[in-house]
Amino acid sequence: MLKTAAAACALALCVAALQPHVRAADNAGRLLPAVLTIHVKDFKFDPTPAKVAVGDRVTFVNDDDEAHTVTAADKSFDSEGIDGGGTWQHVFAKPGTYSYFCELHPYMKATIVVLPAAGAAR
Amino acid sequence: MDRGDFLKHVAWTGSGIAWTLSAGGLLSSGPAAAASKSFSFVQISDSHIGFSRPENTDVLGTFTKTVEAINALPQQPAFVVHTGDVTHLAKPAQFDAAKQVLATLKAPLIVLPGEHDVIGSPQGFFDAFGRRDAPQGWFSFDQGGIHFLCLVNVFNFEIDGKLGTEQLDFVEKDLAAQKTSTPIVVFAHVPLYALYPPWGWTTEDGSRVLAALRRFDAVTVLNGHIHQIVQHTEGNIRFATAAATAYPQPAPGAAEKPGPLKVADDVLLQVLGYRSVEIVAGAPAHVADHSLG
Repeated sequence: MLKTAAAACALALCVAALQPHVRAADNAGRLLPAVLTIHVKDFKFDPTPAKVAVGDRVTFVNDDDEAHTVTAADKSFDSEGIDGGGTWQHVFAKPGTYSYFCELHPYMKATIVVLPAAGAAR
Repeated sequence: MDRGDFLKHVAWTGSGIAWTLSAGGLLSSGPAAAASKSFSFVQISDSHIGFSRPENTDVLGTFTKTVEAINALPQQPAFVVHTGDVTHLAKPAQFDAAKQVLATLKAPLIVLPGEHDVIGSPQGFFDAFGRRDAPQGWFSFDQGGIHFLCLVNVFNFEIDGKLGTEQLDFVEKDLAAQKTSTPIVVFAHVPLYALYPPWGWTTEDGSRVLAALRRFDAVTVLNGHIHQIVQHTEGNIRFATAAATAYPQPAPGAAEKPGPLKVADDVLLQVLGYRSVEIVAGAPAHVADHSLG
């Protein structure tokens, strides 16, 4: 039984690894708990720079009327289009300092620091 | 901004009245161009299919209305060019919906991508509107004694408005083979000159194209992207951005940020529309903007 549960858990983790982010732009009710919310408002990401720990889920909320994207400069994550009023979530799986921008308005630039261990200062 | 100021700024036309771009780049009113044997085409832009917010809750409806108005023209244009942002978020369903409306056009269709059409990847745009003769997106052709250049300045995701060295090389080589007296018409989504850089309304490396265009007698550069009509002249090169079929945007610097602009419901159709362009060899292009309401 335990073995089965462990296998199921491992499978779930594997699936989670394959789907590192949840697309929830069309259904705010599906949002999962997140440790940080970054607002996209008046063509700016806030807060920036932001700090999270590996494994943390971050919610991006587009408060503008205009569509935006959350796109890593190294392309390690990309929300694609988030319509005005939409949201997008991402779990940061690797530590590092990530520069990101909005593909539709590339002058919108921001940074998120992913620290290696949980419980890091935010 | 109140309605009067907005309408004044965009120099919008009342329905049934055409504004002619004179040699000096100034607008003058007059009756709509009469049917003639000259060469004509139509430009539409920024349909943003998939957008659904208070600024326009029925972009598919206004897009359809635009196509119907073009189909009702007494003299069909040689072609219709869509200068980009066909879709709002580059979703397959949005491309499909746009294609269904565009398929009803009587005239042949040319489609250029806007930055909204290539979010994440340009593949969706190429699947919907790609051309065998333009595997990289940009191309040129000759029709009616005019040389047309269709450019793409939305493929560099980190700079809004960039053509890139490969495309610039193509442009320079392409234009070098043209006679100075040949009328040149250039299409691209983002304005090729520095219209308003603080909002990204510019093409970073557009100056190389403009330098290659300066030797020609008559050049017309038509863009979309900013959802309003702005006319500009630099020597022999005349620029005109087009109105959207989806929603207007603020005048450059007239608001804290760009983006959809809410106007009164009874004004919306007056600030959406299409553009007809008539060219007679040896004369300035006749650019006429037509509102939906």
